[in-house]
Amino acid sequence: MSKKITFVQGNEACALGAMYAGLDFYAGYPITPSTEIAETLAVMLPAAGKKFIQMEDEISSMCAIIGASLTGNKVMTATSGPGFSLKQEALGYAVMAEIPCVVVNVQRGGPSTGNPTHVSQGDVNQARWGTHGDHSIVALSASNHQDVFKMTVEAFNIAETYRTPVILLFDEVIGHMREKLIVPEEGEIPLVARLRTSLKEGVNYHPYLPREDGRLPMSDFGDVHRFNVTGLYHDMWGFPTDKPELVQELLRHLIDKIENNVHKMTFYKSYFLEDASTILISYGSAARSALSVVKQRRNRGESIGLLELNTIWPFPAELVRECTQHADLVAVVEMNVGQLTQSVKLAVGTQKRVHLINRLDGQMIIDKDIKRILRILQGRGI
Amino acid sequence: MDVKYYLRERFFPHMWCAGCGHGIVLNALVRAVDGLGIKKRDMVMVSGIGCSSRISGYVDFHSLHTLHGRALAFATGVKLSKPSLNVIVPMGDGDALAIGGNHFIHAARRNINITALVMNNRTYGMTGGQFSPLSGVGTKATTAPYSNIDREFDTVELATGAGATFVARTTVYHVKQLQSLLKKAISHNGFSVLEVLSQCPTYFGRKNRKGSAVDMLNSFKDGTVPVGSKKKQDNPELIERGVFVDKILPEYCEAYAELVERATAK
Repeated sequence: MSKKITFVQGNEACALGAMYAGLDFYAGYPITPSTEIAETLAVMLPAAGKKFIQMEDEISSMCAIIGASLTGNKVMTATSGPGFSLKQEALGYAVMAEIPCVVVNVQRGGPSTGNPTHVSQGDVNQARWGTHGDHSIVALSASNHQDVFKMTVEAFNIAETYRTPVILLFDEVIGHMREKLIVPEEGEIPLVARLRTSLKEGVNYHPYLPREDGRLPMSDFGDVHRFNVTGLYHDMWGFPTDKPELVQELLRHLIDKIENNVHKMTFYKSYFLEDASTILISYGSAARSALSVVKQRRNRGESIGLLELNTIWPFPAELVRECTQHADLVAVVEMNVGQLTQSVKLAVGTQKRVHLINRLDGQMIIDKDIKRILRILQGRGI
Repeated sequence: MDVKYYLRERFFPHMWCAGCGHGIVLNALVRAVDGLGIKKRDMVMVSGIGCSSRISGYVDFHSLHTLHGRALAFATGVKLSKPSLNVIVPMGDGDALAIGGNHFIHAARRNINITALVMNNRTYGMTGGQFSPLSGVGTKATTAPYSNIDREFDTVELATGAGATFVARTTVYHVKQLQSLLKKAISHNGFSVLEVLSQCPTYFGRKNRKGSAVDMLNSFKDGTVPVGSKKKQDNPELIERGVFVDKILPEYCEAYAELVERATAK
């Protein structure tokens, strides 16, 4: 793939990133505002000799990619709000059975049908805790198409490295907006291939026994090793168990493999943070407006900076704490009631107040909205 | 043949109740696979949740024990991504036709080469005997204490209407027929549905005064007739056994391969 300058929607950038990452199998169901991902892949995958299927619903789409991952494929599905709700049970299955897969959620207004064509970032905590039971999860975000592409590739890399589902938490503005994308050349972004066991036929293969480095080599369905995959608590063979010590070990493993590697999967961008007394923290399309405010204020000499998080979950608490330790004012810019603000507050601690700058009306938060609230927070009057 | 060659003895004893019919299905299934000469590594069993779904863990195939009702959706991903695999999906009546009803009719409509095995014991056994969409009007269940008013599906008619290209029914009493129909269903190139009437003496039997497991097996003998039997005309209550649909239509994975040829043709 040679370097190519394109002018695309964010949804197309995501599809292109997935193809770059080596997507083999996509299953999906039409839903606004993510449909263009399916439409783009319906063209590209068959043309590359790979698999695209439109399933009968959101649930089956999630299930189908898990099945396809087990035969050794890189897999993805894409959806939006209501569809993301429907996928939660199978998402938990992918967590429990440790199936690499990528789930895109182009966020729209909610709850319920909300507003399919308007923007929101209201699924941040659903991505974290949407499926039942204790678990950990990876969710990435992006504010521009170059990052949509990159984060999509990284989502596949993390999924394969840690045998886990990875959520791409985009939003309607990013999904539908058109801007320039320079498609990276082959090899420019390193790709992680499926780690397969080197054990030969007849040697006992344990699909759920982590190696010393914590990774679990897989074996494709159809290959020599036959094993059981289940959503029940299971032992190293994949057989159901209710032995307390094995259950505890399994749950700790599922959580620790993510939480102990936060630094390895943290992607972020910092703008003018070094000497900033006011720090904005944002992600997704809201970060575009936040950056605009920071640049305008910097031009006027104000010591203000932006921390843009591309990794939402696992929450990079240490990074946030370090970046904000010398700030007088911390404000999170997001289009919800403060879903990530809560995590920022926990990371920053009680010494400092963390403020929320938001919009909750289905409209994109713009620089004027942020500046209006900043004036109040900075004590400059209304 | 050596049945144990196909079983995962580490997984035993199995969790089915004494008198349950599902073990007979397991026995017939491994004999059918053995008879067809399919290698274990080419077999995938995908199941959902319920008593029936545990069958997948007991066999030494690639086995995927999934979510309640969703087995066919997982199986569709397995099959389309690697069409060379033989995919069998054992399901219970509630699993296949209540929570999984949507996936059932759409897998049939696509005519994807998967074998759906509906082990119909007319109840939710795992959860303790609630009524299912195949229990029928007038039956008793823990959730139908005043007798059931929910009309039942006819699995054969539903599968036929949804477009399955092989549809058959038998019972666990008719073991030889069960084996032979399993072979036909697995060999069929397209979506095949085999409904197997199986007894649950623990719940359905007890709640509906059907007697012992043996009594229930005998009721399968007495209450069913071969397809097209004259007895059925005289007594519409009798349930027909045999092959109802067996036709060849374009199979989904093969149609997809042709689609790829069109997409890649320059």
